Amino acid sequence: MNLIEKHPIIDFKHGKKVTFSFDGKEMEGFEGDPIAAALHANGVRIYRETPIKEQTRGFFCAIGKCSSCFMVVDGVPNVRTCVTPLKVGMRVETQRGKGVIAMDAE
Amino acid sequence: MSENEKLFNGGVLTEARKGAIEPPKDLWERKKNGLVIIECPQRIPCNPCHTSCPTGAVKAFKDINDQPEIDYEKCTGCARCVAICPGLACFVVDLTWGGNDVALMKLPYEMLPLPEEGDTVDCLNRLGEAVAKGKIVKIAELMNDRTKVVQVEVPRSLVMNIRTIRVVK
Amino acid sequence: MRQTEVLVIGGGPAGLSAALEAASLGCDVTLVDSDLALGGQLIKQTHKFFGSKEERAGTRGFKISEMLLEELHGYKDKIKVHTNCTATGYYKEDGVISCVIGEEKYFRIQAKKIVMATGAQERLLPFPKNHLPGVYGAGAVQTLMNVYGVAPGEKVIMVGAGNIGLIVSYQLMQAGVEIAGIVEAMDKIGGYWVHAAKIRRMGVPIYLRHTIKEAIGDQIVKGAVIQEINDKFQPTGTEIKIDADIICMAVGLTPTCEILWQAGCKMIYVPQLCGHVAQRDMNMRTSHPDIWVAGDAAGIEEASAAMVEGRIAGVGVAKSLGHGNASEQAKRLEDYKGRIADLRGGEVGQKICQGLKVCTVNQWEV
Repeated sequence: MNLIEKHPIIDFKHGKKVTFSFDGKEMEGFEGDPIAAALHANGVRIYRETPIKEQTRGFFCAIGKCSSCFMVVDGVPNVRTCVTPLKVGMRVETQRGKGVIAMDAE
Repeated sequence: MSENEKLFNGGVLTEARKGAIEPPKDLWERKKNGLVIIECPQRIPCNPCHTSCPTGAVKAFKDINDQPEIDYEKCTGCARCVAICPGLACFVVDLTWGGNDVALMKLPYEMLPLPEEGDTVDCLNRLGEAVAKGKIVKIAELMNDRTKVVQVEVPRSLVMNIRTIRVVK
Repeated sequence: MRQTEVLVIGGGPAGLSAALEAASLGCDVTLVDSDLALGGQLIKQTHKFFGSKEERAGTRGFKISEMLLEELHGYKDKIKVHTNCTATGYYKEDGVISCVIGEEKYFRIQAKKIVMATGAQERLLPFPKNHLPGVYGAGAVQTLMNVYGVAPGEKVIMVGAGNIGLIVSYQLMQAGVEIAGIVEAMDKIGGYWVHAAKIRRMGVPIYLRHTIKEAIGDQIVKGAVIQEINDKFQPTGTEIKIDADIICMAVGLTPTCEILWQAGCKMIYVPQLCGHVAQRDMNMRTSHPDIWVAGDAAGIEEASAAMVEGRIAGVGVAKSLGHGNASEQAKRLEDYKGRIADLRGGEVGQKICQGLKVCTVNQWEV
């Protein structure tokens, strides 16, 4: 994880270190931090691809309002990863297109 | 718009203004521990330089938006205002320090890495240009809030140019 | 359905202050906040605040948040808190507010009085490739680095030299991130001059009369082209290409007021307050007799002003519910109103005062 180790003003208090997966790759993050922050610390900046133009999207507002950071988390699409706390074992995936909600899934 | 005005509009002081004036020369040259220079040329709602001043040298504000006025006779160069000013706009300059060619500046510092006593550092002007080398004399944390007051020996001729340091390691 | 005497929506400086004030006068309060932690933008502010002693001038923003949370702890019997909880709608027919915890758990709550302290959201500029990952809001950059300790990138182009752009640039440098430059369309910085002086003396250029032309990059940001503009905001043809992995947008905020619209509060567009805001009386009551507003939701201002506005709204709510005695309420209101007038007395405050004239009524007709 690429974290700010020394800061002149802030003493960072991180939560418990847990593992999760991003597109099948195992990563480490701190429990309770937003998923998006954990991904960023692992160098991941592309969180989804738009449905029509297939453009990349990532972190943007960090307050759960802009939809830029929607991802598929544990099979559920359109999860606001900037405000959703990371839990151990979470399966996080790049969202391509609109995402399929569970009741329509095969 | 003049070049000076453009610089000022971008946060660079180019000449003395209300709220940003030089101390009187004769008193300044003999005042041990130095006198404060405040560079606060805009009316903003802020007064910790006054409320933190133990001697009343930064005069009481009629309106909290007033710019600071200083009673230099009362200033002891203690640098409490340097440590507390949210705008990092207070600097103490001691012209009685050392020999004829040097002076001591007490500057606010909130960056990393921290210099150590005895280090040689770059002295930067208001545009961030390195204009001299300085020697760190002391580092103190007066308000117990992480803002450091760095005492640095600088060329005496540059006390009205130098406004911060850069650690070179 | 849950019931509460006072519902405060938003746990930033305004909402916390409103909740604390109302509780201190005897109200039972429920506070909901959409973020994972209380404190709003305060928790990301490492710089020391302006203002006077009463506004905790000289204290860093995140410390002020800690102080408010400590005060909140003292009222844990009077104030019920839900975080990660977004108020999603106001139902006019019965005054019910719907809330969602996380992404899926809904509940309804009915309150006698509501304080809307919903804060603000960031503006974005239209320019080619502004959608690329790496174009981040300034608030988001602060959240990453100052709350979660993650560096947003290595080199940043800051767009906007208002207080947020200036402060976040300084904070990025504290986190060890390089600032390639600050781009500002006006011929003068918009934030406090001292904030600009702090970063200029560390060698950061501020490009006045410049704007961002386009982002560079295919999948993520690799840089930007900035261009000079004239006093009619037209490009002069002079362009600079800058390498960077982050373009940080600090081009202003706009009040978050959807729920005020839903509730039918009289809204008015006030450019000086940066968007549509609810009309309000001197005690922050909107045209809806049961709804108050405070903080950035009532018009974009400094956090110090938001805290005092929250206090005023808190007294207003308590007064309308018959909590506390009249002389105590009057004393507090006079104190808070004096303080907020002081905060608005400077150069930056003049604009706010012009805006407030347009949207403030003396008293609502009964």
